[in-house]
Amino acid sequence: MTRAEAIAAELLSGMQGAGAQPVAADILQPAETLLDLYGEDIRARAYVTHDPALGEMMLRPDFTVPVVQAHMRDGAEPARYCYSGPVFRKQERAAGRAREYLQVGYEVFARNDPARADAEVFALFARLLAGHDLRPVTGDIGILKAAVLGLETSARRKAALMRHIWRPKRFRALLERMGGHGPLAEARAELVAQLRGNSAQSQVQEAGQMVGLRSEEEIRERIASLLEDAETSPIPREQVQALEGLLSLAAPARQALAKMRGQNWAALAPALDRLEARLGALDDAGIDSTTLPFEASFGRTTMEYYDGFVFGFVSSRDDLPPVATGGRYDALTAVLGQGRAIPAVGGVIRPETLVALEAAR
Amino acid sequence: MSLKLGIPSKGRLMEKTFDWFAEHGLTLRRTGEAREYAGAVEGMDGVELVLLSASEIPRELAAGRIHLGVTGSDLVREELAGWAAQVVELAPMGFGHADLIVAVPKAWVDVETLDDLDAVASAFRAQHGFRLRIATKYHRLVRDYLRAHGVADYQLVDSQGATEGTVKNLTAEAIADITSTGETLRANHLKILRDPPVHRSQATLFAARGADWNEAHLVMQSLAVRLGLDVPEAVLRGASQKR
Repeated sequence: MTRAEAIAAELLSGMQGAGAQPVAADILQPAETLLDLYGEDIRARAYVTHDPALGEMMLRPDFTVPVVQAHMRDGAEPARYCYSGPVFRKQERAAGRAREYLQVGYEVFARNDPARADAEVFALFARLLAGHDLRPVTGDIGILKAAVLGLETSARRKAALMRHIWRPKRFRALLERMGGHGPLAEARAELVAQLRGNSAQSQVQEAGQMVGLRSEEEIRERIASLLEDAETSPIPREQVQALEGLLSLAAPARQALAKMRGQNWAALAPALDRLEARLGALDDAGIDSTTLPFEASFGRTTMEYYDGFVFGFVSSRDDLPPVATGGRYDALTAVLGQGRAIPAVGGVIRPETLVALEAAR
Repeated sequence: MSLKLGIPSKGRLMEKTFDWFAEHGLTLRRTGEAREYAGAVEGMDGVELVLLSASEIPRELAAGRIHLGVTGSDLVREELAGWAAQVVELAPMGFGHADLIVAVPKAWVDVETLDDLDAVASAFRAQHGFRLRIATKYHRLVRDYLRAHGVADYQLVDSQGATEGTVKNLTAEAIADITSTGETLRANHLKILRDPPVHRSQATLFAARGADWNEAHLVMQSLAVRLGLDVPEAVLRGASQKR
């Protein structure tokens, strides 16, 4: 048994001790589910192979999807699962990060008291990782979502921003356009000016032969929505600034909460209440919320399916990936549950990263 | 040991490559009968000509089986992961120009930019239940480009030829392909998005970082003088350290 496998076994038994039922998952996963969930980018990160009967398959890039699927199929509620095994990630460089490494994970599916479930997972990870010199960090995608929904603008614009909350660069470009500035706003103004001239029908006809699956009706619908959007007033500057301020917020959790409360942003109140409840539950679980680091943008670039609480345990070595990451992914269970959904929170630990840290000591 | 120079084995690309080297004072020619893939370099010892399909040259460079190679900059970027760590661009050669672009049906009067394409991809998925299909053979370049621009809800479908026809054949909604004049696109009722292209490609002379330069570097030095090339010291130094 390697050192990493020994650590994995120890972590897994700690998770079982916390009441989790061990589960297994196939290494070969249907590619379609993962592609629909993560988009085409997953192809750059996961190994794709081909099965003569089942079509495109992927070597599992993580356990979350198969574990959620298994639970949605035949899980009792509430449920706690743990697992351990290799996952596979493509790397662009020959001497890059590991292509195959262990993940030990813990997932909680529970309808009641999400704050307590969040705290349970975080406190368990803190306890399992207590012997290592790691910095915990927390965040909350739910607050970002509430801030977007609280902007004074059209539902269409909010939906466009929500769709890109995990792509910070694109999000910023959209926000700039909706504020009436920047290159995208100019290109949009030009397009709208062209489209205003004639009726949608005559424009499509003049453009030449219709080819492809996207119908004339779909084109006309988008023209109508573009013209409507052009009448929407720009998102007020102070709101854009408030949102950007929120995105760059980093402070101890209680202080961060007080700061966000201090903005008197009504739309944030329910999300901040949830944060406060979580901090209370963390205090109850023995985590000091007055010193716990909170970063509003944490988890925005790498953890696309998390939609509430997010956390990580990171070392001071920036050449190593985080030792642990996790968070809440209520929306994912709805996507995979085909009509059914259950609130869920969990996380994974990478034993090899712990071994690398041990070796450096 | 000689320095191996890989060049395209047929067509205009080969002729233009011969012309370029001739203009730079080095005569390359094919030898043997017309169909035989053999060539020679005149007036310079120690350079061995290797005739290859342009599409295989990136792979041969990466493997270090040839020291120098002429191929399209698009092919190198598409075929080689982290290409700059494997090869060095010695000289853009000024021919074989083509842009890798994204094109959509001309009838999409509501789409001019990637910003529009992204919005349409979202609506298309909601309407049709699957991600908007973009046909291409340049998977890596196109995926990196679309990710950098934050386009979501699309899928790449593989098309190794007649890519412009995929939209009409209903196997894709948009395409990403190489074009030089845009005529084929227009004939197939497509238009190019206004954003800068995915890549502006041209025939380029590359050096392989991973080739064995221990002896070849002397030939390389005189070749560089003859061709008037500025060969970065790091190419040779880096490579010999690797051995």
